[in-house]
Amino acid sequence: MTLFEWLTDPANWTGSRGIPVQVGFHLLYTVISLAIASAIAIPLGIFIGFTGKGEAIVAGSANALRSLPTLGLLILLFLVLAPVIAGQLVFVVPTIIVLVLLAIPPILTGTYTGIQSADEAAVDAARGMGYTRTQILWRVQMPCALPLLISGLRGSTLQVVSTATVAAYLGLQGLGRYIIDGRAQADFAQMAGGALLVALLALALELLFSVLGKVLVSPGLRRTTRRRRTAPTDTATAALTTLTAAR
Amino acid sequence: MRKLPLAALTAASVAAALVLTGCATGDQALSGGDAGGSAGDQIIIGSADFSESQLIATIYSLALQDAGVEVKEQFNIGSREVYIAALQDGSIDLIPEYSGALLKHFDAESKASTSEDVVAELEETLPEGIEMFEISEAQDKDILAVTEATAEQYDLTTISDLEPVASELILGGPAEWATRVNGVVGLRDVYGLEFKEFVSLDAGGPLTMTALLNGQIQVADVFSTDPALTANNLVALEDDKSLFAAENVVPVISSAKSSDTVEETLDAVSAALTTEALIEMNGKAAEGESLSDIARDWLDSAGL
Repeated sequence: MTLFEWLTDPANWTGSRGIPVQVGFHLLYTVISLAIASAIAIPLGIFIGFTGKGEAIVAGSANALRSLPTLGLLILLFLVLAPVIAGQLVFVVPTIIVLVLLAIPPILTGTYTGIQSADEAAVDAARGMGYTRTQILWRVQMPCALPLLISGLRGSTLQVVSTATVAAYLGLQGLGRYIIDGRAQADFAQMAGGALLVALLALALELLFSVLGKVLVSPGLRRTTRRRRTAPTDTATAALTTLTAAR
Repeated sequence: MRKLPLAALTAASVAAALVLTGCATGDQALSGGDAGGSAGDQIIIGSADFSESQLIATIYSLALQDAGVEVKEQFNIGSREVYIAALQDGSIDLIPEYSGALLKHFDAESKASTSEDVVAELEETLPEGIEMFEISEAQDKDILAVTEATAEQYDLTTISDLEPVASELILGGPAEWATRVNGVVGLRDVYGLEFKEFVSLDAGGPLTMTALLNGQIQVADVFSTDPALTANNLVALEDDKSLFAAENVVPVISSAKSSDTVEETLDAVSAALTTEALIEMNGKAAEGESLSDIARDWLDSAGL
């Protein structure tokens, strides 16, 4: 069977092991992991960006997390957690933990650098108008940080969606099932199909984030970014800048 | 400019897909083009992706090296579905096999169950270009294991006993079991077992054993030579309908690389190897001792 035949075989699109279901599971693991990672990394990033405290330690250790081998950690966590966690959750928890660890660094970095690199003139102006520090954070620095924060989220999403394939290693579902089962069963069309679907899913999410960036970031901020941009920024801001310029 | 990130990502995804599909043809690429396999007299030894297979392959490797044969080790390849294809296309030349499972791989309908019947059928079934040497008395069967508590709770001694309760139980095994006759398919067709779920973990490895012992799965595919069976008082369910045939360890070799020296050396290894020795060596491997040390110690003690 070729890759094309596998992808177009109706049998692969239905049932509890069909492609729509596996894409659903894959997205579920991705969304859960990103939600948990955001709940940890965004507040922590705001704290670091706002106070300037702990940047070296937190950012350093968050970056160290990136180098942990995901598969090794997954198996280690499973062996350690199996006696502690009863039931089927023991397959889910290690998977989510490794994905969360993978997702934290880009979001954290995006958040605190976003806050730190907020336009000083805007911050000064807000202070001059009598804003308190907290008001400056929420009404000036956070909106300014949004493009970088979204860019961090986007980076995390891409990493998590491609790495969520490891879930299948612990018998869970998701697109990794096709890759791991395909290898074990010498069904390489299935394996390649799974890999292609992961790439397509990543592409779809990338599109989603570019739309999200347009909707969420203040238009005024976009204009400011274009005029005042000094330091090189991320792709999200670059895309937005050119978009504004094109108008 | 505006489209650039997307375009770059598309290019990257396509490249990734190409690399991944490339894996499918990679095996053939290893063969160097002709069915004869590796160049010269060098014998490429492969193994499956579990430690006992790697251990036996290591023993073969050391014994052949002692006999002056040039070898190359290409271990940890994967499941039978993958390495038999590699053997046929010449990517590897020699691999330790288990007779019953090998027969089922080539003939899913086979009913042979004793060592002798399996060997007799295998001799006829093995495709051209592949041959086997003498089988060893050492056996390692796939068995369905349950914990003592599960066995008592459901009053289980044979695989047939699972029938009324299978729908409440979760089966764990390697991913290839999902489509194998010597696995989920055979358990359904031969025994009529429909488990609540099949969880694919590893081939008789730590994931499966941990999940069984901690109750995440209730029935597991375990190897009969796994010392953890007795260590954890697991109950091996009797295969009363002979789904899992005799599984004598046997070297399978590409005919092009078979020679008298190789045959004599490996026959001597097979003659000396016993099931007890396998269990003992697996125990050492589970404790982290290096496979080559274990293999060397065994060869020395066997006088080879």
